[in-house]
Amino acid sequence: MSTIVTLPNQEEARLPKLSYLNSEYGLKSWLLTGDHKRIAMLYLISITFFFFLGGAFAGVIRLELLTPQPDLVASDTYNKLFTMHGVIMIFLFLVPSVPATVGNFVIPIMVGAKDLAFPKINLLSWYLYVAGACFLVYALLNGGVDTGWTFTTPLSTHYLNTHVITAAMGVFIAGFSSIFTGLNFIVTIHRMRCPGMTWFRLPLFCWSHYAASILMVLGTPVLAITLVLVMLERTVGIGVFDPTKGGDPLLFQHLFWFYSHPAVYIMILPGMGVISEVISTFSRKRVFGYTAVAFSSVAIAVFGFFVWAHHMFIMGVSNYSALVFSLLTMLVAVPSAIKIFNWAATLYKGSLTFETPMLYAFGFMGLFTIGGLTGVFLGSLGMDIHLTETYFIVAHFHFVMVGGMLMAYLAGVHFWWPKMTGRMYPESMSQLAAVTTFIGFILTFFPQFIVGYLGMPRRYHAYPPEFQVLNVLSTAGATVLGIGYLLPMLYMPWSLKYGKIAGSNPWQATGLEWQIQSPPLTENFVDIPVMDHEAYDYEWLAHKTEHEVTTVG
Amino acid sequence: MDSHAIVTGQEQHEEHEEHPAYLRHHFVTVEQQRETASFGMWLFLLTEIMFFGGLFMAYLLYRNWYYDAFVAGSNTLGIGLGTTNTAVLILSSFTMAMGVYSAETRNRKGLVTFLSLTILLGLVFLGIKSKEYHDKYVEHHIPGASFSVEDFVHPADKRDVPLAPDMAQHAQLFFFLYFAMTGMHALHMVIGISILFFLLYHAWHGAYTNGHTSTIDNFGLYWHFVDIVWIFLFPLLYLISRHPLK
Amino acid sequence: MHISPVLWQFLVHWLTNSALFPPEASAISPYMDAFYFFLCAISAVGLIAVAILVFGFSILYRKEKSPVATQIEGSTLLEATWTIIPLALFMICFVWGALLYFRIYNPPTNAMNIYIVGKQWMWKAEHPGGQHEIDSLHIPINRPVQLTMISQDVFHSFSIPAFRVKREVIPGRYSTVWFEATATGTYHLFCTQYCGTDHSAMIGEVVAMTPDDYQKWAAGSTSGASLAQNGERLFASLGCNSCHSGEATARGPNLSQVYGSRLQLADGSTVTANDAFLREAILNPSTHVMQGYAPIMPTYQGQVSEEGLIDLVEYIKNLNSNYRIQQTLTTSQLAPGQAGASSSGTPQVNGPARAGRTAPSVPGTVNQ
Repeated sequence: MSTIVTLPNQEEARLPKLSYLNSEYGLKSWLLTGDHKRIAMLYLISITFFFFLGGAFAGVIRLELLTPQPDLVASDTYNKLFTMHGVIMIFLFLVPSVPATVGNFVIPIMVGAKDLAFPKINLLSWYLYVAGACFLVYALLNGGVDTGWTFTTPLSTHYLNTHVITAAMGVFIAGFSSIFTGLNFIVTIHRMRCPGMTWFRLPLFCWSHYAASILMVLGTPVLAITLVLVMLERTVGIGVFDPTKGGDPLLFQHLFWFYSHPAVYIMILPGMGVISEVISTFSRKRVFGYTAVAFSSVAIAVFGFFVWAHHMFIMGVSNYSALVFSLLTMLVAVPSAIKIFNWAATLYKGSLTFETPMLYAFGFMGLFTIGGLTGVFLGSLGMDIHLTETYFIVAHFHFVMVGGMLMAYLAGVHFWWPKMTGRMYPESMSQLAAVTTFIGFILTFFPQFIVGYLGMPRRYHAYPPEFQVLNVLSTAGATVLGIGYLLPMLYMPWSLKYGKIAGSNPWQATGLEWQIQSPPLTENFVDIPVMDHEAYDYEWLAHKTEHEVTTVG
Repeated sequence: MDSHAIVTGQEQHEEHEEHPAYLRHHFVTVEQQRETASFGMWLFLLTEIMFFGGLFMAYLLYRNWYYDAFVAGSNTLGIGLGTTNTAVLILSSFTMAMGVYSAETRNRKGLVTFLSLTILLGLVFLGIKSKEYHDKYVEHHIPGASFSVEDFVHPADKRDVPLAPDMAQHAQLFFFLYFAMTGMHALHMVIGISILFFLLYHAWHGAYTNGHTSTIDNFGLYWHFVDIVWIFLFPLLYLISRHPLK
Repeated sequence: MHISPVLWQFLVHWLTNSALFPPEASAISPYMDAFYFFLCAISAVGLIAVAILVFGFSILYRKEKSPVATQIEGSTLLEATWTIIPLALFMICFVWGALLYFRIYNPPTNAMNIYIVGKQWMWKAEHPGGQHEIDSLHIPINRPVQLTMISQDVFHSFSIPAFRVKREVIPGRYSTVWFEATATGTYHLFCTQYCGTDHSAMIGEVVAMTPDDYQKWAAGSTSGASLAQNGERLFASLGCNSCHSGEATARGPNLSQVYGSRLQLADGSTVTANDAFLREAILNPSTHVMQGYAPIMPTYQGQVSEEGLIDLVEYIKNLNSNYRIQQTLTTSQLAPGQAGASSSGTPQVNGPARAGRTAPSVPGTVNQ
């Protein structure tokens, strides 16, 4: 028999006396914790800090681009700004965003376990993240790095005298944080499912994270060894990537993109998992085509390993290998399309409400569709010749990563905020923030598609004057976008003290995490539950809330 | 039902069923804990394969481009020392496997003996490796400023084809990859031996012969993996295209 | 590919005037833009479809109107539909894109060749006639132009948005791209691969001129010596002529008319002697030894700049006979102490035997 905790009436909700937040006190209990929920909170604080740091750099970039002349900062400074913006946003924000915060918090509960498989390794992951971040901050404070986040050789190995090795070391260490998180998730999902929790009863959030974890575990080590080679090259200078000494600069490109393409799927798949949960909950319907969505996640992960050279179409790969990679790129686009349609179909004959997570999910669907379709532009060989290395690419990846992933992250944080903190965020304010973000985003990045087709190259400090109007539009949008992101920084902490008490299931969602108290106990469940119903089983939920009432104070 | 809030104190244990002290509380059964740990180690070893893979890829490419230089470089590696090292490492895998067996049969003395032997053999391996690295240093085969192409342009061994100076320069790439790959391998050996010391200490106190064998099992997997990497490195670096022994 | 001319003219005027598209200044630009249209169209259709579904369902099935949700598991038919239709559309994009790509990266054989050397942070254009430009490129319209490009340092990328062409410029190997300009004018030239501090200053102009204007420009801008002439001087000053003298007993193979021919290498493989091969043979001779010759050629890595290599390649490309080589040999003999005057025209006899050598001398070779 499963022990479920619920509160029958939202108005009468009380915060539980004991939860993971107050089970132990003191800094040591947080810094030496094995509790996946506390580790998730540690990650939440760290990545929020780095998000705003990376965002600040973006702000300066956009300010500089208001005018065609390079008049705000020096060229080297500008190059450092976009490099650090990219490195921080990708490695210190997007890669850990959903998995390390929401995923860490919720996955053990979703599978019906008391913790992840390896709690100490989970804590080690966070410390590795912090260590990597420290290296990057050290590099930043000592003059910054200007290689571009892609560390292209021979520029990064022989032609720059900034702290390349320090930055590469930072990314190397943060990469191991990612590997261990992925390892933990895979083993947990395989081995820690409670009785009755078959693979196809898992929430789709788990499937997405499983797929992303495969990518983390298999892809990140290749980045690690590539960075080791770059670091060795800078110290020993043998010429492994230097053509004047017999090396091959394209070898670096292949090795680097072999990780960095799967990296983008590492970033987006967890967000897609969030969208599945949110759309289902706020339509009060099971996800349409559960099996299709689950297998699509795995398909994206598998295909994602075979398309890396689409970042190298104009770099001298042979025409025939370009053909192969273009074909595979088209194939990898299909599962994402399948998911979008399945989510849309989930809305059909549902019973929809439009709380903030749902608004962010809608934003995701629109913006990710645009971003993903522009990926097809880029995967088409001929079109890529004109569009690559321009602002079209910048717009494309910001649409999928910011319009897509960041919106999904915000959806996830809002959705599980009541579970993590026991409090509700203020709904009207957050809806305003969501709409502001959406409008600001489109205004910022849509003009970049246009200016990209016109030919404006990326990573440009100065540009021809005819591109100015579009750049001004983009910067204006960035201001609005910035406001949209700052608002949660205000109302989320506010809600910790003044938000409404959430109760265990404010959204009336299915999923094991909503059947326990908010915030949860340290061990999640008093007894391991038995899963006796399908995923997204709203009929089961309706039946349960009619019949069962057990309150625990 | 009262709330089993935090399961810490000793009195809480008595309310549970009998379970060994080494069962972590997020696991339901010892079986689950053991299988989970094993799965985790296999997955970690998979990441290690991907990690070494990048170096193998670079080796593959440059061997193809600079075949003659790589053959010449490979011929300068001591086959005797290399083969001895291979035997030492395989033997250490055997002693490790015997250690696992000892743990499973709750033989504390046996476990301690075999762990010690494994450490010893590992250290012998590293010792021979340092001798090989030293030989390379003496012969001016370390890539970089001190590298000398003399041995390749005017080889002592009659069977070696003299290389043109520019091709001989590419032998540096061979040695770079030699040091990178064997160095990375040696690093993993050092980490392994350090962990072995730690395990030896705990094994002496009986930590692994009370039924909790999974630590030794999984470390055994790691050790065997490091051995297997060497089994790939040895033919690739030492054996391919080598002159037959006289 | 046929597009209705009337519709096309309208679209071109409208779009280029509304500054959404760069000018269509090359033969391939309309095709690129047509493909872009198609991609935008299917994207718009896809986006509108998703938007209609999302907004439509939000209105129709909002909680007030639809208090109870109907649990639907799925529909294999729908899954198949929205798998196959996007897949089909993406396949069309793949084929269309591949065709366009092959067109842009496979130059026609009659293209005139211009060399581009990229370095931090400028573009150097070298016309075979000896015209050298920095950060600009003068070309005639209505003539296929091929660019053979290489970088002196890091990755750069040569981009002419108006022509819709772009190619990475890589250190250590040649890359090529071709175009045929169709409209005179001055167009942007950008470096689009981040290359360090002044990446955004590595820009220039492409000036497309009528063939007559181009002739006038070429006549007026030449430095006096064509690339091949520069190459000839280098050939002598580096001492290449001592081994590649064109004589029957020379230590190095005859280079006259070698460009474009199929060569048998010492390791048994057969290669075509194109620009890349010639450049590589100068820099890494031991991997490019011809059959029947010993690997004695020294490397010139570090002794010749990329421009020098281009000059040498141009020289060899235009080498129809060994006459001029013989001339330079004689000249070097006459001036003792001059670099490259290492040997006389008589090669040493104790060189390794050369078996199976192909017929060397061109009729009319003067053997001095």
